[in-house]
Amino acid sequence: MTWQPATVAAARAETATARTLVLDVDGWAGHVPGQHIDLRLTAPDGYRAYRSYSISSAPGPGRLEVTVQAVTDGEVSPYLVDVAEPGDQLEIRGPLGGWFVRRPADPRPALLIGGGSGVAPLMSMLRAATHPTRLLYSTRSPSEALFTADLATARAADDGRIDVTYVYTRVAPPGWPAPPGRLDADALARVAWPRDADAVTFVCGPTGFVEAVADLLVDIGHDPANIRTERFGPTGG
Amino acid sequence: MALITRGFGGRRRDDPNLPPGQYRTDDFPVLSAGPTPRISLDDWELAVVTESGERSTWSWAEFTALPADEPTVDIHCVTHWSKFGTRWRGVSLDTLLADVETAAEYVVAHSYGGYTTNIPLEDLLDGQAWVAYEFDGEPLVPAHGGPARLLVPHLYFWKSAKWLRALELRLDDEPGFWETAGYHNYGDPWREQRYQAD
Repeated sequence: MTWQPATVAAARAETATARTLVLDVDGWAGHVPGQHIDLRLTAPDGYRAYRSYSISSAPGPGRLEVTVQAVTDGEVSPYLVDVAEPGDQLEIRGPLGGWFVRRPADPRPALLIGGGSGVAPLMSMLRAATHPTRLLYSTRSPSEALFTADLATARAADDGRIDVTYVYTRVAPPGWPAPPGRLDADALARVAWPRDADAVTFVCGPTGFVEAVADLLVDIGHDPANIRTERFGPTGG
Repeated sequence: MALITRGFGGRRRDDPNLPPGQYRTDDFPVLSAGPTPRISLDDWELAVVTESGERSTWSWAEFTALPADEPTVDIHCVTHWSKFGTRWRGVSLDTLLADVETAAEYVVAHSYGGYTTNIPLEDLLDGQAWVAYEFDGEPLVPAHGGPARLLVPHLYFWKSAKWLRALELRLDDEPGFWETAGYHNYGDPWREQRYQAD
């Protein structure tokens, strides 16, 4: 699979430490929600660094978006979050990955469960959703939540197709009905589709989060065959 | 000359032990496609099945009584991280396959939970592969493939199937889970065989 030049068309701050980069790529044919790209940065002396990033935009030709959380002491993510500007060029290849994907034609309802920046590929699924979709988003605090405005818009549409639930693990917004805390079996059972709904569940986030959530899902009776996971290691920057 | 990314300096420099496109991490990231299966050691069994259907099995007690090696190896994940000097304890495939009569050239590793991956048999012999059950002096935790996983460090790490249940010896090659989902059939990190067309 060949590398293609990508040009930064725009950059949107998501939080103080995360940013969405809009990339223009000639001949890009689109992707399946959930897929990722490999990204390559080349320094003036020829040194190269490579990382994988999930695509956070809805599928479409010629353009895609990645949402990057700056990793403290990272090599690539601080560049993408703090340095890259519109007009800058890097290289990508993809789209990649054929398992952690939700095809828009798949009629099954979906539960998307994201922890931290693990919400990025789920955002692509949500934006492209044509069938009932629930997002459960676990974030440390309101100020660290990604896609806040986009998710508010999706909820506001309120056509019964998209449902968004937040879990705050460290700091909850004023007046929030529950104290901050980890996602537990009760919260999961409240948003999970009934067992006879033939639903598929996608879980993405840091390793510990995904392990815990996937175990809880199995504990409350979900078929492991209908749970797809993607784990972000503690590194990746 | 390749495209230069303005403003990118990069910090790390080429390391002869690092395959192309990889970076070094000292953590141990986890990559799996679904929930982590939990297998009780009482129920655990490892099987080797030949192309003629002959089956050899080991219970946990039998398996851990086999002579074991303690390899220290570098591992390389297709998602671009490499981890150097990982310490394992496990049984060499040379030991497991010593008494097995076969004309097979290929192996499909089967995991608890349904994962599969295919590897040429010659890549598993001559001290190149183990079924590992300890990492860093501790029992292998489920997230990293415990009770026991395949360890084939010279190939990308998805070939080192977690939660190993059986090794199926075959005359023909049968692509596994990631190999049918767009990833390379062989997966040599030094030739950067990540995806099907690489």
